[in-house]
Amino acid sequence: MRRFSWFNATSLTLGFAFLYLPMIILVLYSFNASKLVTVWAGFSTRWYGELLQNEEFLDAAWVTLQVAVFSSTLATLLGTMAASVLVRSGRFFGRTLFSGMIYAPLVMPEVITGLSLLLLFIGIGLDRGVFTIVLAHTTFSMCYVSVVVSSRLSSFDRSLEEAALDLGCSPFEAFRLVTLPIIAPAVISGWLLAFTLSLDDLVIASFTTGPSATTLPIKIFSAVRLGVSPEINALSTIMIAIVTVGVITASLITKRAAVAQQRDEQAAIRSV
Amino acid sequence: MSQTVFAPWDDPTQKPLIQFKGVTKRFGDFTAIDNLSLDIFEQEFFALLGPSGCGKTTMMRMLAGFETPTSGTILLSGQDIAPVPPNKRAVNMMFQSYALFPHLSVWDNIAFGLRRGNSSKDEIAQRVEEMLRLTRLEKFSKRKPHQISGGQRQRVALARSLAKAPKLLLLDEPLGALDAKLRQDTQFELMDIQEKTGTTFVIVTHDQEEAMTVASRVAVMDEGRLIQVATPPEIYEAPATVYVADFIGDVNILEGKAHQAGDKVEIAWADGELPIRGTTARTFAPGQTCHFAIRPEKVTISTERPDSANVLRGKVIDIAYLGNLSTYHVRLGNGTMMKAQTANTRRLANRGITWEDDVWLSFTDTAGVLLEH
Repeated sequence: MRRFSWFNATSLTLGFAFLYLPMIILVLYSFNASKLVTVWAGFSTRWYGELLQNEEFLDAAWVTLQVAVFSSTLATLLGTMAASVLVRSGRFFGRTLFSGMIYAPLVMPEVITGLSLLLLFIGIGLDRGVFTIVLAHTTFSMCYVSVVVSSRLSSFDRSLEEAALDLGCSPFEAFRLVTLPIIAPAVISGWLLAFTLSLDDLVIASFTTGPSATTLPIKIFSAVRLGVSPEINALSTIMIAIVTVGVITASLITKRAAVAQQRDEQAAIRSV
Repeated sequence: MSQTVFAPWDDPTQKPLIQFKGVTKRFGDFTAIDNLSLDIFEQEFFALLGPSGCGKTTMMRMLAGFETPTSGTILLSGQDIAPVPPNKRAVNMMFQSYALFPHLSVWDNIAFGLRRGNSSKDEIAQRVEEMLRLTRLEKFSKRKPHQISGGQRQRVALARSLAKAPKLLLLDEPLGALDAKLRQDTQFELMDIQEKTGTTFVIVTHDQEEAMTVASRVAVMDEGRLIQVATPPEIYEAPATVYVADFIGDVNILEGKAHQAGDKVEIAWADGELPIRGTTARTFAPGQTCHFAIRPEKVTISTERPDSANVLRGKVIDIAYLGNLSTYHVRLGNGTMMKAQTANTRRLANRGITWEDDVWLSFTDTAGVLLEH
């Protein structure tokens, strides 16, 4: 055991304060009874109630939810397909280039992704709205899905799929009946990751949206420019909660699957 | 009633189930299978034996449909199987890792292949129950693969691959993960199941003992070629080359020059030693280099000079006591090491011979085999 030291305690406190102090303040003030953001006037859930009366915010929430569900589903589909091709098909010409290109959006500045998508949508004459945000979110979140899924696939025993083929499955059936159930935890956590990414994206959404569709982050951002209101604090607290639950669930699913796999492997070794 | 010997390979009227015709398989620059031809007959238990990397697994994967030959054809019941994908072949495979589906129960694993066909629910259930009985797994049908032992898993894999009643069953190192005792039991179980179902089995193994135990014929492979294809006794008693003699079992090999008279050959193998007298059906040119291979159990060790066709003198260097057998490592006059084996038929027998003893080694003139290379 390491001894307690003042240095360790201080750096831990400072680090976590740096990370979480702003959020804690935001969450605290969302329960503030006063209309003034900077003055504490006692505990109240009043702003949560008022939030539910605010049509604009509710509309924006509905748009955001739609975008997140559709784009994360689409991204999971595409990302899983990309991962299985990259992990499985062995060496083909340009494989390294392809896998590099899949991961590029991870490091690409969002402004550039947003701008290039905007140019594309204008170029092909697509009306900007919910549909274009879905497309844009799918574009950048599918690479996250493909990272998660391909790391699971690379430890997947290929002979399971061969066994399925051998027993009469077509390649698609083998994927659906054997591969997919086994990698399902990775696929689900990929979906959750894409979902939370879409939920809190501001930059790409504001590039690709039109007047008909305003997502929550856009709404909050424009509202804040007129001054911070306690309602926004309440809204942000709800979003923090959703994102936290999403991320924790995703990592729990992945972790539990890994633990189960390890347990099975150890059981296998012991019994041999 | 006389038992007819199962030997379709000696019967020219028999049609082989599998024919490899000049099959070559290359992976890039590497030639895994080199212009190989082979016939395997119905109901055979055929073993592909060789060190790792000799191409035996590639042959099996070509039969299963996971690889296609670079050139040459493979016929199954007279039909070229190259264009047939794995899921359309009447061939099933038992994988080295068993490849059991971890998310399905034992029952569902066995039923998996049957569900891909047109069988009704009742037919599937009936067949699965039959397979569970055959492999004695009735009690475990509800369990998941990670809840059963290695031996049971191996039987599930076998049941799953036999469920569709394939024409041909491929077994890729099926017993590799089992311990020695369980392995032996399972070998006999495999033979039993093979006889009961009448399925043709092709087994890949690097374990010569396993191949000898289970197989009707053994193919010894090296570097993508077949070195010898024969029954286990033939492989052991009449190996075609030094490689086969050395790969299967224990052997003493002496190199020398042959001098032939009829079927008797004298081999001058060392200065100051009497030539070895052997018998062969082959013809050796006078003075041709040849190898004399003799199994340790065919060499008799004694303290008195025996009366035999071949007698050699030496000193005991080492004794390996194996319980049922003892192997004596004897150094001959010119430094050559030779092994002689005796069965310990009596308790504490043969304690007459010990380390550093001068002994006589003897063997008859038909005990060894003469090989060209």
